[in-house]
Amino acid sequence: MNRPLPVRNIGTYVPMVDGPEKVSGSAKYTADILRPGMLAGHICRSPCSHGEILDIDISEALKMPGVKAIVTGADCERTFGVLPVARSEHPLARDKVRYCGEPFAAVAAVDDATAREAARRIKLTVRDLPAYHTAKDALAAGAVTLHEKKPGNIERDVLFELGSIENGFAEADLVREGTYNCAEVCQNQMEMHAAIAEYDAVRDRMTVHASTQVPYYVHLMLSQILAMDMSRIRVVKPHVGGGFGCRTETLNIELTAALLARKANGTVRIVANREETFITHRGRPETDIRLKIGMRKDGRITAIECECDQRGGAHSGYGVVTILYAGSMLYAIYDLHNVKYVGRRVLTNTPPCGAFRGHGTVDVRFAFESLLDQMARELGLDPFAVRRANLLKAPTFTDNDLMVNSYGLPECLDWVEKESDWKSRRGKLGKGKGLGMACSHYISGASKPVNWTGEPHATVKIKLDFDGSIVVLSGAADIGQGSTTILAQTVAEVLGLDLSRVRVITGDSDVVPKDNGSYSSRVTFMVGNAALDAARNLKSVLIKAAARKLDARPEDIECLGEVYRAGAQDKGATFDEVVTEALTDSGTITVTGNYSTIPESQGGKKYRGAAIGGTMGYSYSAQVVEVTVDDETGVVTVDKVWVAHDCGKALNRLTVEGQVQGSVWMGMGQAMSEEVGYYDGLMVTANMLDYRVPTIQDSPPIEVGIVESNDPHGPFGAKEAGEGSLAAFLPALTNAIADAVGIRFDDLPVTPDRVFEAIEKRRRAQTRGKAS
Amino acid sequence: MARMVEINLNGRPRLDAVSDNVLLLDYLREIVGLTGTKTGCDGGECGACTVLVDDQPTLSCLTLVSTAHGKRVETVESLGHDGQLSAVQRGFHEKLGSQCGYCTPGFVMASVGLLRKNPNPTDAEILEGLGGNICRCTGYVKIIEAVKYAASLRTQGILP
Repeated sequence: MNRPLPVRNIGTYVPMVDGPEKVSGSAKYTADILRPGMLAGHICRSPCSHGEILDIDISEALKMPGVKAIVTGADCERTFGVLPVARSEHPLARDKVRYCGEPFAAVAAVDDATAREAARRIKLTVRDLPAYHTAKDALAAGAVTLHEKKPGNIERDVLFELGSIENGFAEADLVREGTYNCAEVCQNQMEMHAAIAEYDAVRDRMTVHASTQVPYYVHLMLSQILAMDMSRIRVVKPHVGGGFGCRTETLNIELTAALLARKANGTVRIVANREETFITHRGRPETDIRLKIGMRKDGRITAIECECDQRGGAHSGYGVVTILYAGSMLYAIYDLHNVKYVGRRVLTNTPPCGAFRGHGTVDVRFAFESLLDQMARELGLDPFAVRRANLLKAPTFTDNDLMVNSYGLPECLDWVEKESDWKSRRGKLGKGKGLGMACSHYISGASKPVNWTGEPHATVKIKLDFDGSIVVLSGAADIGQGSTTILAQTVAEVLGLDLSRVRVITGDSDVVPKDNGSYSSRVTFMVGNAALDAARNLKSVLIKAAARKLDARPEDIECLGEVYRAGAQDKGATFDEVVTEALTDSGTITVTGNYSTIPESQGGKKYRGAAIGGTMGYSYSAQVVEVTVDDETGVVTVDKVWVAHDCGKALNRLTVEGQVQGSVWMGMGQAMSEEVGYYDGLMVTANMLDYRVPTIQDSPPIEVGIVESNDPHGPFGAKEAGEGSLAAFLPALTNAIADAVGIRFDDLPVTPDRVFEAIEKRRRAQTRGKAS
Repeated sequence: MARMVEINLNGRPRLDAVSDNVLLLDYLREIVGLTGTKTGCDGGECGACTVLVDDQPTLSCLTLVSTAHGKRVETVESLGHDGQLSAVQRGFHEKLGSQCGYCTPGFVMASVGLLRKNPNPTDAEILEGLGGNICRCTGYVKIIEAVKYAASLRTQGILP
């Protein structure tokens, strides 16, 4: 007899379980949901960057036939915000408007045209205040404050020195300093923001469908803003067309839809257009960095001094966390001591920034890896050798108390060095061609969650019913990264069942357990571990049932997926028989799985905010980028990228590759073409032509090497795969350009005009040199 | 002004009274109820709304319904036969050419249009054929693989 075998679901190439509906057009996103009698919502936005609101006249708009409700700041005195310490934002401005495009009123009407016309008839009268569109202006002496409680327009400053930079720089053979500027960038996910709010006036209940990464936070903030019990609110997350961080906090879109629906006693849909989606923002702030590194001749880093200013926009959002990450995540990639960090998160009259993929780490990593490259060249060292001179030895704790248990960076370096044929090709590619490399890392979920009362970090339920199907209930928000697939694989793997036995239900607060959501690359690690726990609990129920059925001891039962048996000679019982046995006494059962991080992973207390950066496991990435620079036009072509990513264990090789390629490519957009531009506070790049995302014709082949360091705490050893590879692209690109043409670019994006100008400048200098 | 518009939509003849200023995209989504075709930008920038009009990949957000009068319009919902995904759909699903899925209907229809005209496109022809579609998730690497795989399924006669 053929031995039945448990099905293996982990470590293979598994297409996404929700792929068929995506390729057939049946996947429903928020804007695809139509309700009978639904009203169209439209938001009125401030034309002024900074002003005191004197009057909002809605009388003309209210007179229009078809207008069902108008809300303004007067309808909501409460504030919202993702961080309990920084809830300064009203869904609709009260007292002041603080950026051009800030919502101050909203209309619900029978159709979109009526809503828009009514919005045009609402008159906002303001007294203009001085507006600051750069961090420098907002910080200037005598500047008016945007928020009363934030003197000097500093949302948060950070200062720490661990070790002594004075001693560290004294030990160095070479000390170099650079200044770097990274333009503001936007997620620009394909699905524009949308929400549908349905208010049941008879029962005083609210149902909101929203395009969000964090349904639970939306639930919390709806309750806060509507002053309704959470138990009266249901939040549903349909399919979500990407997020990359802009949906990791509640947005004014869903809050306004709910305010309108309640006032209109009906159903209101708001679908933001692309311009509004850009203005809602929550992208990566413009960042200015001054970085100083001390290095010995052998490449060993002896000291670091880093100053970082972020133009945060008009409200905090995640800002406090962003400026902390920028400092804390200097660590946990190399063995560093003697580090000083000074960070300032600045409030400005521009749309609020937020948590863009690689949150807080990307721009500082660009500066760091750029300066390392420059110093390596000066010392005559290979860039790989400089990284290798500074590797950590895991397990370890960094000077800022970050716990590093698994560390695949050495293997990442080896892989990209070999696959790119670095040693034999570097410097021999010919005119205008170059190779550059860099490294980066990221957390697998923040160990201390934002809103926390001590409950487990993640909870997953599994329902087992008489039909023999395994239904996984999770609040984890699949936004395209494939978390639903990972949860299905995890549960199927433990039970040895084919993936088709498992169904995953997510994103409906009436049904699934609370989950903090999809951000900081937490889902595979935290929710994956909870799913693992739940599946093991279910397996133990099934084994006990099989033991009863087969008249054997539980410890003698072998689970082979579709068959449970007691010893190799036993014919055993089928899965369906075991399920029936398990449910006979209890009826349908639901098992719970939990996961909590360990205190050692939660960062330290050496400075205020030192918990930020703490995680159960860091991913690591190394990249080599090959470029061709056309010195006649300044056009840089990325010919190829080699990237190695240590994700602990690839639970799904297909989606790991997809995540790594996607993040490298997103780094490419930031490095080469993407830039949010303002004219007097008005965002002038709020469309997909002026905000230049690389097309398929601009995009290189990206070869992915998967490194598996098997993290002791990760589910099956896994760590994150979706963010850690973004940051390394930026410096790997500029390092490659420096290799190709001998010019360093310290300001991003490296657009053709910048390259052309730099090459021309050098050409002119050389010509002058020859002439004199 | 409204007029009667006759369209063969996904193989079915339709006759609708439609205002002159209605875009094909809004007609498909809000009047017919086929929401597979997506709105991704404020007009002509992203390709998410791509459908086929007489086999030609067309941005439905820049097309007035009235101009499709008497023509064949195909959306993503038309694909798949006998309970199976079509070759292009299988390519995007199995090779992970789709992550969040929002740009996918547009990419799929642009790819179908490309492969009908050119069953064995070179890499350069794929890049040209899909150059008007933006994806924010994949970095396009697996989209190219998906189209190549679909082409091979079609030329081997495995799937239409």
